[in-house]
Amino acid sequence: MRMKKIYILTLALAALTRVSTAAPLDFDFKDPKGVNNAVFKLDAPLEAINGSANGITGKIRFDPDAPGSVTGKIIVASESLHVPNPMMKEHLQSPAWLDVAKFPEIVFESKSIKNAHTTGNTTTAEVTGSLTIRGIAKEITVPVKFTYLKDKLGSRVPNLKGDLLVVRAAFPIKRSDYGINPKAPEDKVSDAIELVLSIAGAAPQ
Amino acid sequence: MKKALRWVALALLLGGGTYWAALGAHRGWTQTSVAVKQIDDVTGLEGIVYRRQFVPGLDFLGATVLLAGVVAASSFLIPAKIAKSP
Repeated sequence: MRMKKIYILTLALAALTRVSTAAPLDFDFKDPKGVNNAVFKLDAPLEAINGSANGITGKIRFDPDAPGSVTGKIIVASESLHVPNPMMKEHLQSPAWLDVAKFPEIVFESKSIKNAHTTGNTTTAEVTGSLTIRGIAKEITVPVKFTYLKDKLGSRVPNLKGDLLVVRAAFPIKRSDYGINPKAPEDKVSDAIELVLSIAGAAPQ
Repeated sequence: MKKALRWVALALLLGGGTYWAALGAHRGWTQTSVAVKQIDDVTGLEGIVYRRQFVPGLDFLGATVLLAGVVAASSFLIPAKIAKSP
């Protein structure tokens, strides 16, 4: 009887040790498949502008055992922003608008996370962080959905073992907050910009 | 000559309009690329790639109408043939 108790205690301790030593994973968002994208939509009364960016990099530290403790930084290469009209794209990248030559990166860096709820492999949370566009940093809170896909890296990138983290977020920002051509008339270029981020990161083993 | 210019103007107008309508009657600006969505089976993400394709917009249609108008108007600048006296 005494031996049985010791055995159970040893097993419980071993399990606890394993849980407590499970380290958070670092997910790299440089996507070899080129699927990661950020979509932007401006819907003004006279004109709608839709485009996307795919030059996305960055790292997120995610602990599958404590999904509510996410930290990280996502970077979008300003030059990768694309709209289907070539003249509009030229304007978008020019000094009056995004000035991609002077400000080559759009950066979101998380600072805190709250209201995290996990169901199965999906965690929803409100992430507060700093969004920097044209060198202007503003603190914003973004609703984010994280989907942790254990051992799924091999299904996406052959010969690699590891996990995937899918991050989805949709949130509005204001063009005027970041000094993106504030003189542009709002009936043609909306002040409100709807951003939709759809990205996946990999944590190889 | 006057008639020929008017026929050219009409051809430009009809040709431009037909070309614009045939390529989708796009009511925005002219595009030189088109977004194509691709679903990633593993992550379920919808990736976006751009395929090079010319899609004439309302600006193209406007330019065609303007050009046809200029050609038609120029026909009025050509003096009418003076009828030869018998």
